[in-house]
Amino acid sequence: MTLMTKPGVLPQGARDAMPPLRVEPEAIEEAAKLLYIRACKILPDDIKEGFARLDAAETDTTARTILATMIENIGVAERMDNLLCQDTGIPIFNVSIGRNVQVDGWALKEAIGKGTARATREHPLRSSVVHPITRRNEHTSCGERVPVINIDFTDADRELRIEMIPKGSGSENGSFLQMLIPADGVAAVKRFVVDRVIQAGGKVCPPTIVGVGVGGTSDLCMHLAKIAATRPLGTRCADAEGAKLEAELSEAVNSLGIGPQGLGGDSTAFAVHVETAATHITMNPVAVNIQCHSARRASATFTPAGIAIGF
Amino acid sequence: MAHHVLHMPITEDQVRALRAGDTVTLEEILFGIRDATQIHMFDHGRRTKFDLRGHAVIHTAPNLRKVERSGTNHSGYEAVCVGTTTSDRMERFTRPLMEREGVRIIIGKGGLREGSLQAFQDLGGAYLAVVGGAAALETTWIEAVEDVDLDDLNPESLYKFRIRGFGPLLVAMDAHGGSLYATVNAEATKRRQAVLEKLGAA
Repeated sequence: MTLMTKPGVLPQGARDAMPPLRVEPEAIEEAAKLLYIRACKILPDDIKEGFARLDAAETDTTARTILATMIENIGVAERMDNLLCQDTGIPIFNVSIGRNVQVDGWALKEAIGKGTARATREHPLRSSVVHPITRRNEHTSCGERVPVINIDFTDADRELRIEMIPKGSGSENGSFLQMLIPADGVAAVKRFVVDRVIQAGGKVCPPTIVGVGVGGTSDLCMHLAKIAATRPLGTRCADAEGAKLEAELSEAVNSLGIGPQGLGGDSTAFAVHVETAATHITMNPVAVNIQCHSARRASATFTPAGIAIGF
Repeated sequence: MAHHVLHMPITEDQVRALRAGDTVTLEEILFGIRDATQIHMFDHGRRTKFDLRGHAVIHTAPNLRKVERSGTNHSGYEAVCVGTTTSDRMERFTRPLMEREGVRIIIGKGGLREGSLQAFQDLGGAYLAVVGGAAALETTWIEAVEDVDLDDLNPESLYKFRIRGFGPLLVAMDAHGGSLYATVNAEATKRRQAVLEKLGAA
């Protein structure tokens, strides 16, 4: 057995009979530009449905007025082809590469940066990105390691998906990590989430999606919280214990009376989402990352049939 | 709960007439400020050409498009999307904004803290809550970006907006110690124990 890959020794499965999906950098650049602008303007259907659910159940008068204003804003943005929120956020691109896909990874990253900068200049969008120490703004929405590009691989045949998330800063500032210990148990995880939601109050622009990461390492835990916060409403944690926690915590945070914009009411969060990862025998990490009500996403899916734009 | 229409600028008596829970619509002029604007004004000693006495400022940093300067547009910008940012980061600038610049009203989202509430009482001021994240709607209340100062800080410059029917806004902190945020926080803190007990996490 050899660890060297030689030409001609790869197994000839059915997959190989199909030519691979080739995705060119020019198409990725166009998609990145389009997705950034689209995400800033059109809220996904699951979030719109989330608003309708909260509006139907809300009992507080002020809260109902605020929700009505938010719902009105979604319509105004679509009718006037304008941005939902002035915060163009930190641009995040989640790239999922399926099997039998041919793409130049380096060129892909460059193309995403170019598309982001073009969206910023050509629309124009406010560049919300600065150097962390000098605070200099290049007016491109780009900088060192920004856009944030997360690359993952999936089992989907000849499919490449790019998800764009303009992560608003008001809610991103509502990010918290604690390296709890095993003796603290899951009770401390629950307390942490409830207390951070109280602490965040109206600053994170409720109603929110409260993203909770449980387990992993410190960095993975925070990344899980971000995945949870940006997951579509109606989806559940794949882990059964995580899903149970989601249901319990969703009810809990909506019993606090914080309400839309922190001005009182039942609608504090659309949902609490949990993502889990295995962790060390000595560790019990928990992270919270919050998504504001302008829970924006846009996606482009490249397949042999073409490019599908969605959420 | 009264509704007030305020033509800016206003007097101390006018701002002291506002009570938490009232609603307000602003007319005429509104100034836009943000983190960097205030860091430069108060930490780096920079001064603005604008007279802010009696005026309202909003915590913002707009999306703008460059246009030709004209007779009424001294800024060279038009508004693409103007919204509101989280106020809490700018808490420590409330008192200097009022003491040094004479600002009467701060508009923002998410609220300010005890120090600002005290400044509103001492000096005569109020905090009006706008619905954060509803920027497309808010933009329809902006008639023009009339002028700009400290524009090297773009997009965190000091903007002078001409407004029409800006609101309704909610008086969330008043000059009499009333704060809707403090009330909501006290209620949430009171409910916390029961919530944790139900979770088996008390």
